[in-house]
Amino acid sequence: MSKMHVKLNVNGREVEGLAEPRMLLIHFLRENLRITGPHIGCETSHCGACTVDIDGKSVKSCTVFVAQANGAEVTTVEGLVNDDGSLGVIQEMFREHHGLQCGFCTPGMITRAHRLLQENPTPTEEEVRFGMAGNLCRCTGYQNIVKAIMASADMLNAQKEAAE
Amino acid sequence: MNDQSMTPEERAANLKGMGCSRKRVEDVRFTQGKGNYVDDIKMDGMLFGDFVRSPYAHARVVSVNKEAALALPGVVAVLTAEDLAPLGLHWMPTLAGDKQMVLADGKVLFQGQEVAYVVAEDRYIAADAVDLVEVEYEELPVLTDPFEALKSDVVLREDLEGQTEGAHGPRKHHNHIFTWEVGDKDGTEAVLGGAEVVAEEMVYYHRTHPCPLETCGCVASMDKVTGKLTLYGTFQAPHAIRTVVSLISGLAEHNIRVISPDIGGGFGNKVGAYPGYVCSVVASIVTGKPVKWIEDRMENLMSTAFARDYWMHGKIAATKEGKITGLWCHTTADHGGFDACADPTKFPAGFMNICTGSYDIPTAYLAVDGVYTNKAPGGVAYRCSFRVTEAAYFIERMIEVLAIKLNMDAAELRRINFIRADQFPYQSALGWEYDSGDYHTAWDKALKAVGYEDLRKEQAQRVEDFKAGKTRKLLGIGLTHFTEIVGAGPVKNCDILGLGMFDSCEIRIHPTGSAIARLGTISQGQGHATTFAQIIASEIGLPADDITLEEGDTDTAPYGLGTYGSRSTPVAGAATAMAARKIRAKAQMIAAYLLEVHDDDVEWDVDRFAVKGAPERFKTMKEIAFAAYNQAIPGLEPGLEAVSYYDPPNMTYPFGAYICVMEIDVDTGEWEIRQFYALDDCGTRINPMIIEGQVHGGVTEALAIAMGQEIAYDEMGNVKTGTLMDFFIPTAWETPNYTTDHTVTPSPHHPIGAKGVGESPNVGGVPAFSNAVHDAFRPFGLVQSHMPHDHWRIWKIANGLGLHG
Repeated sequence: MSKMHVKLNVNGREVEGLAEPRMLLIHFLRENLRITGPHIGCETSHCGACTVDIDGKSVKSCTVFVAQANGAEVTTVEGLVNDDGSLGVIQEMFREHHGLQCGFCTPGMITRAHRLLQENPTPTEEEVRFGMAGNLCRCTGYQNIVKAIMASADMLNAQKEAAE
Repeated sequence: MNDQSMTPEERAANLKGMGCSRKRVEDVRFTQGKGNYVDDIKMDGMLFGDFVRSPYAHARVVSVNKEAALALPGVVAVLTAEDLAPLGLHWMPTLAGDKQMVLADGKVLFQGQEVAYVVAEDRYIAADAVDLVEVEYEELPVLTDPFEALKSDVVLREDLEGQTEGAHGPRKHHNHIFTWEVGDKDGTEAVLGGAEVVAEEMVYYHRTHPCPLETCGCVASMDKVTGKLTLYGTFQAPHAIRTVVSLISGLAEHNIRVISPDIGGGFGNKVGAYPGYVCSVVASIVTGKPVKWIEDRMENLMSTAFARDYWMHGKIAATKEGKITGLWCHTTADHGGFDACADPTKFPAGFMNICTGSYDIPTAYLAVDGVYTNKAPGGVAYRCSFRVTEAAYFIERMIEVLAIKLNMDAAELRRINFIRADQFPYQSALGWEYDSGDYHTAWDKALKAVGYEDLRKEQAQRVEDFKAGKTRKLLGIGLTHFTEIVGAGPVKNCDILGLGMFDSCEIRIHPTGSAIARLGTISQGQGHATTFAQIIASEIGLPADDITLEEGDTDTAPYGLGTYGSRSTPVAGAATAMAARKIRAKAQMIAAYLLEVHDDDVEWDVDRFAVKGAPERFKTMKEIAFAAYNQAIPGLEPGLEAVSYYDPPNMTYPFGAYICVMEIDVDTGEWEIRQFYALDDCGTRINPMIIEGQVHGGVTEALAIAMGQEIAYDEMGNVKTGTLMDFFIPTAWETPNYTTDHTVTPSPHHPIGAKGVGESPNVGGVPAFSNAVHDAFRPFGLVQSHMPHDHWRIWKIANGLGLHG
C-alpha cells in the first residue's frame, strides 16, 4: 500500500514520517515514534487507554488515522512531565492519592484529566466523574482517581493564584 | 539516622516498613507513560502473528486454503493444525488435566476458536491475511446449555470418545468431564430429611470474564545462535509457563527464559497457557525471528479464560429458631469446549468446598459435575481464589433464602450461625481448617457503622410509601459476611501440573546497606515492589526506599508459582519474611563479632543489634552489611544474602462484612448505590493505602459482575457480549464511593500474620450487591433471581411481581 507523508507536533517536537493512509494514530505514536505511553485496550473507543490530546481536545487515538492528525499538535502523557523531568501536578497527585494500580489506563486517564481541568478548572466531584467517564479502569474503582483529580485542580489553581 | 538521638519509633518510621501507607515506587514510571508492557516491546525484524478464528460454535473444518494469504506481500507463514501435528503441538495440555487444540484439528468447539495462525511483517498485513485465509466449515448441532449437553447424543469431544475415565475420575456421559464429591452425603441427606425447616434454591452464577484492560499477548524470540528462547508475555505465573513450554516443546528448560514485564491487570485471565503463546513460539523457531502476538479485545472476551458459569442447586436445613443443621449443594459446572480450569490438581472445582462460609454448619455435602459445552474454555478465578466467589455467593444467597423461609432478619440469622472466635482453629464439615477469625466482632461493627436498625425502619417506611403510591423507588439492604480461603497452598495438597504451590524470595544485601530482592510472584498492579520492600524493611532494618524488588524474569528470580488466588502475600510474603530472618540471623553473628560479645548477648532493635543492657553499644544493619563484605569473620562465609522457598502449613482465611444500600427504580430497573460499607479482616496490614485501593477496585469489579457484566451466548453459540459496548465495565459515573473499615485478626501460622486481601472485595462484593437487589423486592415475594441484575432484568423482576400495576 502506498504511503503518505505526515507531519505533526508531538509533545512540542516536530515529527514527520511515512504512513499508510489506514494507519491509526495510536500505532504511529507507539510503533513509529516509540511513544508508548498511550495504550491499546479495546480498539473501539470505549476504554480510553489510548487517549491523547489533539489541538486542545481529548481524542481516542485508536480510532483516528494518523492522516487526520496531520499538522496537528498532539500531547501524550509523556508531554505532561515538567521541563526538569519531574512529574507534572496531575501525575504527582495520581501518585500521592494512589490513583493507579497496574498503570495501563493511567496515561489515558492523566491525559484526559489534563484536558478536563483545562475545560473546567474548578470541577465538582460529579463533574469529574462525568468528565472521566470515557476512560475505563479495572483496578482502582475510580475513587482515588477522582480524589487525585480534585487535588490536582486545587493545586493547579493555587499555582495559578500564586503566579498572578 | 543511626545516632542515638532518635527514638526507636522514629527509626522505625524512617524504614517505611510494615503498617505504613508508603507511596508506590511503581508510580513514577507509570504516571509518565514509562511502563514496559508486552506490546511496548519492539525488536529488530519482529513479525506479527494473528489468528483466523471460527465464526461457528460447533463445526467440522473441511478445508483450510492458505494460498491467497500466502500470496500477499509481507506474509511469512500461515500455520494450521497440520503444520503443528508433526511437532506434536497441534494440541496442548490444559491446567486441568485435559488437552486443548492449539489450532483446529478437524473441528471447532466454540466461536472464536483458533483455526490458523498467520505470521506477517506487520500487524496490518497480518490482519489482511487473516481475511484471505479460506476455511470451509460444516456446521454441527450446538450445545450451550450444560443440562442439555448431559442428555444430548451430540458428541462434542470426539477425541475422548470411549474414554470413561477422565483426569478426575469416571465420566458418566460423553459430554461429562468429572464428578467431584466432598463431605458426608448420607449424613447430610439424613439431616435434610429430618429437619424442621429446609430451604431449597437454584443459584446461578453466570459466565463472565476478568477482562483486564491489557489483553493477553507475548513476544517469542528464538536466538538460533545460542539456542535460547526468550518468551516475553502477560504471564501471571512466569515460572510455570517456562516449565510448561519446556515440557510441550521439548526445549531444555535452561534454554528458555520467560519474562513477564509490567502487566496491565490480570484478575486470573493471564494464568493459563493459550494457543497464541504456542503458535508464537513455533513461529519464532521456524522463522528465526521474534514474533509478537497481541489479542484484540474481542478475541480476549471470546477465547481466553472466562470465569464462573456455575449452576448451584442448594438445600439448607435449620431448626425453627434458625440454627443451621446441614448444607447440601450440587453444582453443574459449564467448562466450555475444553477443561482448561485453573485449579490445583486435586481440586477440579477449586475451593468450592469453602461453601459453608462463615457459619458453623455441622454436616455438609458438595458435588460438582463438570460439563463440556460449545463455549470458550477457561474457568479461571476472576479476582478470587479458585471458585471461592462462587462458593461465597452460593452460601450468602442460601442464607437469605433461609431467612425468607424462616421469616427472620438475615443479619440475625447470620449472627446466630457464625463460627465463634473461640472455635478457631475451626474444622469445617467440608474439610478445611480455618486459621483464625472473629466474625461476631466484625459483624457488630459493620451493622453499627451503617446504622442497620434505622435502615430497616427506613426500608419498612419505604414499602409503606410505595404501597401508598408516594414513591416508585425501593430500598435494598444487601448483607454479606464472607470467608475466603487463599494462599494456595500447602504442597502436600496443592499443585498445578505437578508443581507444588510454594513460593519464594531471594534477598541480597549490598555492601553499602541497600538491597535487591527477587520473588517467584509477579505484580499486575498490586504494588509488590512497594509492599514486599516494606516487609523486608521491618524484618532487617534497612529502609524500604533502599530495597529494589524484581519479579517476572525466570533467569534471575527464584522459582515460584506466581500471582493469583491472593497467594502473593500469604506465600511469597511469608518467603520474604523468612529470607529476611535468615539474613538477620547471620547479621546477629556478625554484629556479635564486631561488638566482641557472644551471639546471644546482642538483641535486635529496629535497625540494629545492640549489646543487651548496653544499648549505646550497637552495630546498625548498614554497618553489618559492610562488614559482611570486608571483614574476615571466623566461621562465617563472606556476603549477606538468603533465599527462602516457603511451603505454607495451611491456607489463610481472610473474612469481611460488606453492606450495600441500594435504591431501585421499579419502573426503569435503574439502581443507585447509596452506601457501600466494606469491612475487611486480612490479618496483619502491610500497607493500608494499598489495601484500601485493592478493596475499591475489587468491589467495583463485583459491582460490574453483579449488576450487568456477562459473557452471554445465543442458542447458536454466538458470543453476544464480545466488545466493551456490550460487556459491562462500570465507568467513574456509575461507580459509587466506598467506605472501608477493618478489624485485625492475624493468621497464627503466617510469619507476619498477613492473610491477603486482593480478592476479598470481589468475593464479598458480589453477594452484597445481589442481596441488595433481592432484599429490595423481598417484601413483595421475591426469593431468587439470577444475576446479572441489569436494568432490564430488574425491570422484569418488578414486572413479574406485579409492581407495574
